[in-house]
Amino acid sequence: MLSALDREHAMRLLGEMLRIRRFEEKCAELYSAGKIRGFLHLYIGQEAVAVGAMQPLLAEDAIVATYREHGHALARGVAATSIMAEMYGKVEGCSRGRGGSMHLFDAATRFYGGNAIVGGGLPLAVGLALADKLQHRNRVTACFFGEGAVAEGEFHESMNLAALWELPVLFCCENNLYAMGTAIERSESETDLCLKAASFKVPAWPVDGMDVRAVEAAARHAATAVRNGGGPHFLEFRTYRFRAHSMFDPELYRDKQEIEQWKHRDPIPALAAQLKQEGALTDDDLTALETGITTEIEEAVAFAEAGTWEPVSDLTTFVYSEGGGAS
Amino acid sequence: MTPQEVRAPTTTVTYREAIRAALRDALRRDERVFLMGEDVGRYGGCFAVSKGLLAEFGPERVRDTPLSESAFVGAGIGAALGGTRPIVEIMTVNFSLLALDQIVNNAATILHMSGGQFNIPLVIRMTTGAGRQLAAQHSHSLEGWYAHIPGIKVLTPATLEDARGMLWTAIEDPDPVLIFEHGSLYNIEGELAAEAGAVDISKAAVRRAGTDVSLITYGGTLGKTLQAAEVLASESISAEVVDLRTLRPLDAATLCDSVTRTHRAVVIDEGWRSGSISAEIAARIMETTFYNLDAPPARVCSAEVPMPYAKHLEEAALPQVAGIAAAARHLVTGHE
Repeated sequence: MLSALDREHAMRLLGEMLRIRRFEEKCAELYSAGKIRGFLHLYIGQEAVAVGAMQPLLAEDAIVATYREHGHALARGVAATSIMAEMYGKVEGCSRGRGGSMHLFDAATRFYGGNAIVGGGLPLAVGLALADKLQHRNRVTACFFGEGAVAEGEFHESMNLAALWELPVLFCCENNLYAMGTAIERSESETDLCLKAASFKVPAWPVDGMDVRAVEAAARHAATAVRNGGGPHFLEFRTYRFRAHSMFDPELYRDKQEIEQWKHRDPIPALAAQLKQEGALTDDDLTALETGITTEIEEAVAFAEAGTWEPVSDLTTFVYSEGGGAS
Repeated sequence: MTPQEVRAPTTTVTYREAIRAALRDALRRDERVFLMGEDVGRYGGCFAVSKGLLAEFGPERVRDTPLSESAFVGAGIGAALGGTRPIVEIMTVNFSLLALDQIVNNAATILHMSGGQFNIPLVIRMTTGAGRQLAAQHSHSLEGWYAHIPGIKVLTPATLEDARGMLWTAIEDPDPVLIFEHGSLYNIEGELAAEAGAVDISKAAVRRAGTDVSLITYGGTLGKTLQAAEVLASESISAEVVDLRTLRPLDAATLCDSVTRTHRAVVIDEGWRSGSISAEIAARIMETTFYNLDAPPARVCSAEVPMPYAKHLEEAALPQVAGIAAAARHLVTGHE
């Protein structure tokens, strides 16, 4: 039997994962309806990673994420309303409609984007951590990226710099086995990612990315070590994306059977089943959770619909800080 | 001499020393400032600019980096986001191409992509230009490329005052600023006011006044252009020399005012002609003051070849005094 505190926490993990799932299902629907445009990369299947890894992070910590970052932004506490408005391109969006799905930013939660260049966020995370070290602040920078980034030079350069300078970076590699359509075996001569991290003397270990409790435990252990001056740590979260890479992906590179097999390990029903077994969750609880999430998402959509378009006369603001359109 | 005419005290310094003084000044004045790059510390800087700073400020603030341009430039961006004021040194503009992703996709975009939430107060210094027989991977002038990118500022100090002053102005800027130091300038020596400090970076400067033709240039070719103006003066051609100083944002008003007065323009640029900053300047002149022109704008640029090693070939590839004077002479007299 779980303690009341443990149950509350487990329910939060479940609720957060479900919230991301439902939010993105709504996004896919709105994409088909033409309300959201551009690229839309869904996180569905990987929710346990963002939700679990976010748990040990504190308000003063920083997050750097990728173009598949809706889940990270939601789990970090960026409001669903402002994320949805961003998807709509409205000025009420978290990036004022300048970024869209791939570039969610939020100063209040120290969420440094939404980087759409694979590997491009890693040096930023190193720099954020360097600033903390130089200014003697005891903070962690969590950097999320996919296994595809491991092929980029910026991965190797950043791992080396972080290790060399003993910087407080928590590298969170989400290995979903495919860099867009290229399977890891087809792009890496060495597919053991922890071995690569270890070659930089960075402590590294693999984690079941479909088990939110395992993710949280590993992230808590690593984040604590990073916070206590243990230098950078690397976690390889083994996970899977259930949906296509983006809305334009016919998925010719993997077979349906593989996807179905992974869906049996869906982190949301998995946790729900565990909780039921532990006597901590009833069907009524689940219904209540769903109802609350439905309301939140409806509010987010209504907020985005009611949002306003930034006047075109503001087009060149935020190119430079003074807001002037330099000639 | 009346007391009012007493000059402010000056010191004799090189361009290199002027930049070093600016770095030292920045490191002293603001604890958030730190310098990082390849061999800036123990080696003293590839071009000896940061010599002595490691001993004065220590390895945390004068930070040697591995040969990882993308990571340490990106780390500069991240550190700027984290509340520090990094000065990143890249050995040469050619090596900066290894960090192009960070400069163009992150430094230049994050303020805009974040809807104004995150500015990046970062300074990146690098050497540019040819003239030292360093061949095709150490000699190019790619600052014009960077001037293409909205979101960054591009400075090209050509004088001791600007070498001393632009860095401080850049450090105070809330946005990313790239400073291009032409390699042939480090050893130039002259008098600099002992009190020299921050300079305005928003305006081009008329370095020599004239009435017959405007010679528009920046950085490493300012010296040659002033020499050409001297040659022209001996032939009774009065050339005005405009130093752009900043390639982005471009002070089109000053250069177009000059051309409006002289009715003729020669643009001198060590970059290649095709798709270049010289093309941009010529276009601005045409857009702004076409009806005041007595002749089409002319350009003196580098030959469109990768920079050769052999001295005579390198000299032939670069803008030279005789060629600049000839282009101006042709505009004014119709003869070269």
